[in-house]
Amino acid sequence: MSKNNNGAAEFSWPNSDLTRIPDWVYTSDEIYDQEQERIFRGPTWSYVGFEAEIPNPGDFRRSYVGSVPVIFTRAKDDTIHVLENRCAHRGAEFCRELKGNNPEFMCPYHQWLYNLKGDLIAVPFRRGIKGQGGMPKDFKLEENGLRKLMVASRGGVVFASFDPDVGSLEDYMSPEILTDFDATFNGRKLEILGYWRNRQRGNWKLYHENLKDPYHATLLHTYLVTFGLMVAGQKSAMLADPTGRHGVMASAMGDQDKEVVAASAAEMKKFETDYKLEDGRVVSYRPEAESPWSVTMMTVWPNFIVQRELNTLGVRQIVPRGPGAYDMYWTMFGYEDDDADMRDRRLCQANLMGPAGYLGAEDHEAIAFVQDGVERSVPGSGVVMMDSDVEGTSSSLISESAIRAMYRHYCGVMEL
Amino acid sequence: MAAADTLRNLPTAAELRELRFEIEEFNTEYAQLLDEGDLYDWPAFFTDDGFYRITGRENVDEGLPIGLIYCDGMGMLIDRTRAIVKTTMHAPRYLRHYNSNVQVLGVGDGGEIEARSNYLVVETLMEDETRIFQAGRYDDIFARTDGALKLKKRDCIYDSLIIPNALIYPV
Repeated sequence: MSKNNNGAAEFSWPNSDLTRIPDWVYTSDEIYDQEQERIFRGPTWSYVGFEAEIPNPGDFRRSYVGSVPVIFTRAKDDTIHVLENRCAHRGAEFCRELKGNNPEFMCPYHQWLYNLKGDLIAVPFRRGIKGQGGMPKDFKLEENGLRKLMVASRGGVVFASFDPDVGSLEDYMSPEILTDFDATFNGRKLEILGYWRNRQRGNWKLYHENLKDPYHATLLHTYLVTFGLMVAGQKSAMLADPTGRHGVMASAMGDQDKEVVAASAAEMKKFETDYKLEDGRVVSYRPEAESPWSVTMMTVWPNFIVQRELNTLGVRQIVPRGPGAYDMYWTMFGYEDDDADMRDRRLCQANLMGPAGYLGAEDHEAIAFVQDGVERSVPGSGVVMMDSDVEGTSSSLISESAIRAMYRHYCGVMEL
Repeated sequence: MAAADTLRNLPTAAELRELRFEIEEFNTEYAQLLDEGDLYDWPAFFTDDGFYRITGRENVDEGLPIGLIYCDGMGMLIDRTRAIVKTTMHAPRYLRHYNSNVQVLGVGDGGEIEARSNYLVVETLMEDETRIFQAGRYDDIFARTDGALKLKKRDCIYDSLIIPNALIYPV
């Protein structure tokens, strides 16, 4: 990185085949600001929440699009709206409750009043007192509402975009991704089982990379191997959409090649075979989805992950907090018509995921290690050369092809 | 345990003091184990059908059942312990547990004691400053096994909704 004559930093990628990722994509404030503008506030759809979280008119919840706080609401006519959580008057982030129900929003500072669609409906003392003070005569309420985002909903999942020209959610997601999305959000009514939140040390893109990196799965997560959940010889896939930004990492239990398992065990230093679980509920899969896979991890660029790990279902929302940190909001769910056995599985198997999950916690630890490394060591670049003949979808799990495809897309958007 | 049951069996002031002292001793040993002891001894604080959950206050306020750690019975308590010791990759850390404000809420018909207390967990990562990791309350039901108190249920309900990075050990 060097400075040009205008004082702006110049960033150039170390090589054209994307087998190296420069540290500055994880550490630069300038890159971070551009990402917020070009990606999160650009022509992308970001997840904000579930329709099931705002079932009644007047219901609202706080959420985020990129680093920007938003509120999603259900208006009296049952329409769903996503509004910037910033008073049009002085910029106050006026909605402080995680969730609630109200007929309208009032900023507490000067009591400017908005309806559930974000229209400004009242300004106290707009005409002043006794003809003195007040707003200019040409001030128009209808020109001073909250910033309104584009909204799309599919299968009960609500997305928003700052870009009015973003196009349809379906075109954005691509047929490959929609197939897996629809397997989870299949029209059955969702039931929220609860929330987790963690603040992660690490750049937000590292989380996408982690879910486009099947190479790490059996090496970092020795739990998977130790207790037989996943092995390198299992039927698996790493799919990328044609743009490279979205992905699905998938595997199927009980469909493995014994010779490959033995060969894999020899490669893995931490492999241990003499453990078994006292209570099998955490890992026992009861087939339910219209899908050949028992595990899928889907990433929808730029802020959304759908996890279907055996019978535990969850979504994750990435909220960037500067180049070196992001918050992860997890919403765990089932379906309203789940029987008692299925609900018990979802709760027990949730031990696998989240900030304390057998698998989840390790990802968070590893990502923090990477951020420490790229921030504190001699500036350099990371290596993503595995399976280097391929970019995007790969038939091998020993591959970094989906990470390279993501950065192909990223470099295009960021003009790097 | 319904509130009506517990009220009916409210102990005398002297019994209450005795129970509270007994629970404080229990919690001191529990904290000592998590601070510096052998994690394999942790499940022994529970009954065989013991239930342990760590969950955010937002979930409890909304009546949502999810747990960050969710152990339904001794098997899952042992499995969690084994996974932490044997498989979980994590940065080394010290944790210190503080427990206070023990309240005995009542005694059920079967002799089970319903209690509540506050907890604070302080975390020290190597080379980093010590930070408050979690503040919350224990909602407990104790039972007696051979005269000794055991946890039939411990719900750890944290106010600090955002977990710093990851939660590795039980609280």
